[in-house]
Amino acid sequence: MAYRWTNDLTHADVTPKAAFLNRRQLIAGTVGLGAIAAGLPAVAQDALEPNSLEDITSYNNYYEFGTGKSDPAQNAHKLEITPWSVKVDGLVDNPGDYSLEDLLAGLTVEERIYRFRCVEAWSMVVPWNGVELADILNKVGVQSAAKYVAFETVVQPENMIGVQRRVLNFPYVEGLRLDEAMHPLTIMATGIYGEPISKQNGAPMRLVVPWKYGFKSIKSIVRITLTDEEPPISWNVANPREYGFYSNVNPEVDHPRWSQATERKIGGGLFAKREPTLMLNGYADEVAGLYTEMPLNDYF
Amino acid sequence: MLRMKDRINSALRRVPAWTLYIVFAIWAAWEFWKALTGVGPYAVEPINVLEREYGEMALKLLVAGLLVTPVRQWFGVNLVKFRRAIGVTAFFLVLAHFLVFAILDVQSLERVWTEIVKRPYVTVGMLSFVGLIPLALTSNNWSVRKIGAATWRKLHKLTYPVAVFAAIHYLWLAKGFQIEPLVYTAIIVGLIGWRYWPKRAVPTPAKAPLSN
Repeated sequence: MAYRWTNDLTHADVTPKAAFLNRRQLIAGTVGLGAIAAGLPAVAQDALEPNSLEDITSYNNYYEFGTGKSDPAQNAHKLEITPWSVKVDGLVDNPGDYSLEDLLAGLTVEERIYRFRCVEAWSMVVPWNGVELADILNKVGVQSAAKYVAFETVVQPENMIGVQRRVLNFPYVEGLRLDEAMHPLTIMATGIYGEPISKQNGAPMRLVVPWKYGFKSIKSIVRITLTDEEPPISWNVANPREYGFYSNVNPEVDHPRWSQATERKIGGGLFAKREPTLMLNGYADEVAGLYTEMPLNDYF
Repeated sequence: MLRMKDRINSALRRVPAWTLYIVFAIWAAWEFWKALTGVGPYAVEPINVLEREYGEMALKLLVAGLLVTPVRQWFGVNLVKFRRAIGVTAFFLVLAHFLVFAILDVQSLERVWTEIVKRPYVTVGMLSFVGLIPLALTSNNWSVRKIGAATWRKLHKLTYPVAVFAAIHYLWLAKGFQIEPLVYTAIIVGLIGWRYWPKRAVPTPAKAPLSN
């Protein structure tokens, strides 16, 4: 089931990590991206330029570790990730507590360079490493009655300052419709830039659903439940008027408190320009078919 | 205690009020410079950090302005001569906050207008900003003489709704249950409520109405 989707950018085109780490200096020196691109093989037409590892690991929303964007980078080191066990239950053939190693054993880890669009109207491009969620689900055996997949984030109150402050009702929970979960674009990420995923980014394993707002891509998963009912999702529980179950990226449906028509890519400095947000975050060709029965502007 | 209070007051007398303008002008420029060069918290997303930095400092100054009277009553420490500079500085920081929002964040006049009309939290923020304009314009001795001290004082009670709108603005833009905006709101509402709360400690003649 792996390799059902390939990056716009092939692996050979990816700028080495060291170059990305120096990217800011290069821009500051007005050399610009053209110079970097010139030294590399031809880049695909609409190639995505991944953010630096520094951007990706220092600007995060992970409310269990505080509400500030730099709080997770400061506080997430307390998260204990070894050993890591994932409970798989509900409408599955092989329920149980899986060690992370067992859950992922035999599955193919791929690199996926995805746009990542936060509901707060900022975005990044992240080179994830992960497995297709469909591979995990097929491994545990989804029963025919299952229609949804629910996910749950770990709660370690003594290690998580935001849990103590009850910013949300923890544990953080999320969910997908089964066809969304089985879609080739949907992955469980375990790495970024070829290295184990950092704790502030959701170590040791997180969901990535690139056509939905970032909060759908739940971090540090300890439970996967197959159900026949739409599961509750944390932000919808906290504020149903503002956050829907689907939360597909949609420039035409504004969040009640801010516009979703444009976004600002992180890492562009003090004068970074806003760019138009793409329908389904630029993945309409791949996933629009999932929603033909459903008016996207109503099911936000 | 008494000697401590007197020592503080005499020390304060030696500090000119304009010091505040200098200090906050340098502070604002320093933050802008850090945002421009991507230092520390500005490394990844400088625009929102700068926007928030200016806005939060303005809110702190509004609270400081509201504290001047109670601090004198409770502790006998006299900060009255700084109050004008505190208020005018708050206005300039709100202006800076608005300019970062309009020019660097939203980046188009049309979208700024849409945001003001469409987003309640921006609307109350703008109300707060607009309310500060007549206060900043009349924060000089000439204006006090021109409109008369009584009218001037009445006009400057606008500070109360300005501070309340600023608190609502902060409350409204937070996601989830966050402590800081609630703390600011409680302090601001408390400081305004204190002014209108009948003071039992002041013995009043039997038939005289309560006055503030």
